[in-house]
Amino acid sequence: METIKGNAVKDESRYLTLNLGPTHPATHGIFQNVLKMDGEIVVDAEQTVGYIHRAFEKIAERRPLYQITTLTDRLNYCSSPLNNMGWHMTVEKLLGIELPRRVELLRVIIMELARISDHLICTSIIGVDSGALTGFMYIFQWREFIYEIYESICGARLTTNMGRVGGFERNFPPEAWEKIDHFLARYLKDFEEFDSLLSRNRIFMDRTLGVGKISGERALAYGFTGPNLRAAGVDYDVRVAHPYSGYGEFKFDIPVGVEGSAYDRFMVRQEEIRQSHAIIRQAVEKLRDEDPAVFRAEVPDWVLPPKEAVYSEMEALIYHFKNVMGEVEMPVREVYHSIEAGNGELGFYLFSDGGRTPYRLRLRRPCFIYYQAFPEMIRGSLLSDAVVTLSSMNIIAGELDA
Amino acid sequence: MDEALLADLRRVLGERILFHEADDVPTIGVEASALFDAVTALYRDEALAYRYLTDLFGMHYPAGAGEAGREARGEDLGLQVLLYNMEKGRRLRVTCRFPVGSPEVASLTPLFPAANWLERETYDFFGIRFKGHPNLKRILNIESMTVFPMRKDFPLEDQSREDKDDPMFGR
Amino acid sequence: MGVNPMGKPSVPIQPLSGAKTLSPVEPPPGLEGQGFFATTLDAAVGLARKGSMWPLPYATSCCGIEFMSTAASHYDIGRFGMERFSYSPRQADLLMVMGTIAKKLGPILRTVYEQMAEPRWVLSVGACASSGGIFDTYSVLQGIDRIIPVDVYVPGCPPRPEQILDGILRVHYLASHESLRRRDSEEYKALLAHYGIE
Repeated sequence: METIKGNAVKDESRYLTLNLGPTHPATHGIFQNVLKMDGEIVVDAEQTVGYIHRAFEKIAERRPLYQITTLTDRLNYCSSPLNNMGWHMTVEKLLGIELPRRVELLRVIIMELARISDHLICTSIIGVDSGALTGFMYIFQWREFIYEIYESICGARLTTNMGRVGGFERNFPPEAWEKIDHFLARYLKDFEEFDSLLSRNRIFMDRTLGVGKISGERALAYGFTGPNLRAAGVDYDVRVAHPYSGYGEFKFDIPVGVEGSAYDRFMVRQEEIRQSHAIIRQAVEKLRDEDPAVFRAEVPDWVLPPKEAVYSEMEALIYHFKNVMGEVEMPVREVYHSIEAGNGELGFYLFSDGGRTPYRLRLRRPCFIYYQAFPEMIRGSLLSDAVVTLSSMNIIAGELDA
Repeated sequence: MDEALLADLRRVLGERILFHEADDVPTIGVEASALFDAVTALYRDEALAYRYLTDLFGMHYPAGAGEAGREARGEDLGLQVLLYNMEKGRRLRVTCRFPVGSPEVASLTPLFPAANWLERETYDFFGIRFKGHPNLKRILNIESMTVFPMRKDFPLEDQSREDKDDPMFGR
Repeated sequence: MGVNPMGKPSVPIQPLSGAKTLSPVEPPPGLEGQGFFATTLDAAVGLARKGSMWPLPYATSCCGIEFMSTAASHYDIGRFGMERFSYSPRQADLLMVMGTIAKKLGPILRTVYEQMAEPRWVLSVGACASSGGIFDTYSVLQGIDRIIPVDVYVPGCPPRPEQILDGILRVHYLASHESLRRRDSEEYKALLAHYGIE
């Protein structure tokens, strides 16, 4: 028996069962919450997930390593390049491939652009869920621009399948550099305008301050990572704790929140966007010292050679054959690599048994793990607070169910 | 594996370590029945302090092989627990195997609330039962499913589809 | 490339020679005079239907994010009168299924479709909704046309917003040229019976 405000509840029939989802405007993605409500107050929540379960881990057991990139696109599809790069780094760890510094810097630029893109969706959608549509409309213009950057690099907007083992499929074209420079020059002004609409907005703060709180210890117990954990006060960032792709050389701050409320999550993400912007600027600076022709490590075993070479050189023909037919030996190893993805620590545990496809690929998906805490975060709050909490946690269904 | 780490592990776990290796993440193997005690001991020890659960997932070895340092004992399902010490940034993988036909182990939910859904997912995909789990039912697949899809003998493709069968290349 | 309001285009835009000027709103064929316009009832109702369609965005995955881009200011679905989303199926005209539908979600999609009132159209956006897409697995429904009738399929993984808009315009074409008696016809009833919907 629960007590609400000190009154013992006599029977359960007093509670209203409200079905929030699976199709609901406030659930971005498909997941169901059956809420037990006492009037407007949420007493408990029971979640059902799996409505978009696509069996990624099982598919990965039947795909060669370069085809799994397309699966990783569709994990957190708001920031596909981040997942792609994380996967490539895992494969490079398995194969023991050293990357040229320029490739690492290019990857940092792409990953931070993807992080900005992901955080923009989350923060603008928190606004939309509290009724503020303008921010969403303004800032999506810049997301379109980031999509154009992706398009000039790899050809696709959303599910990018960007990069190859050891680097990128082709060098960044001059248009991509023009757009990145334009981004660095003009983005912050519009972003600050978007931020000013919400961050000190009385209505928005009333909607989000103190809503969906979780303390740092509980967040750690629930396996939180990423902006949600940092909003709860714990400064764990995989880029700093286990630096990869040259992140150790960059100067950036890790924003940390106070009480783990929706407002903290919003502010942490906004500040991370500014930090990502600074990282991209630093990366572009560092690239000046690098040879601009380098875009991939020399790994002919794992990347298809250019077609002209295949038709004229014997070696390239052999490598092409070996690649396509899967004749290259894979080491028998078990490696784990994790990156700071848009939602937290995205981990890939790759078990290879020497065959062409992984023996087992485990995707450690941050959304799946921290969504468990949702009932605890909304217990005792209003229904509209539950909606704001849900959107501030940035639950992406593709990453939830995989 | 780092000598200091191995010494600490031996101090805390003693006889429970069946094997150890450290290709990428330092790994120790324990018996399934000792998993909960081992993880609790690792949690409580002040020097090791593995107090964060990064991941928990199952494995299926139909031939009974796989995993360094262990000869095949006819065990086909396995569990991997990835622990993390956030202060020192150290990972540890604790792994155990189950005898064929009785994949049961004590649930880690009293220790880590994060293990709740991870164990449900492992049960859903492999059929490993977690004793003491508050709500062990399927999470990602359809509730009425009777088989465990991530096992190697379960087919990947949708079986009701005929238009993709090719006489020369199969599916 | 297109004109980017935030920068100059990197490729100059050349008009296609011989391109007709397009008008998004064309009047139906009819008789026009001073202060009046006469046309058939079908055409008038069709014009009203296509201009005021309330979509139900059933966005499940990546295609849903491209739909968000379509709804945002750059591609602007509001140009076609579709900016008012109705999340309640009872008040929706167009069910836009965007993203992978798992078998677990099938009955729910079916319930949503059955709750919609006639006339209703279904737009299947993306490869996953049309045919299961790249996910030929035990858990993914291989195309929503296994459980509900579909009017227009938009291929792509994910389709560009322009493709989604093309699909929407085709639905508008269907809506504006549909006979008023179609929903009572034997053919339509047979189609619903085929799906087990009455």
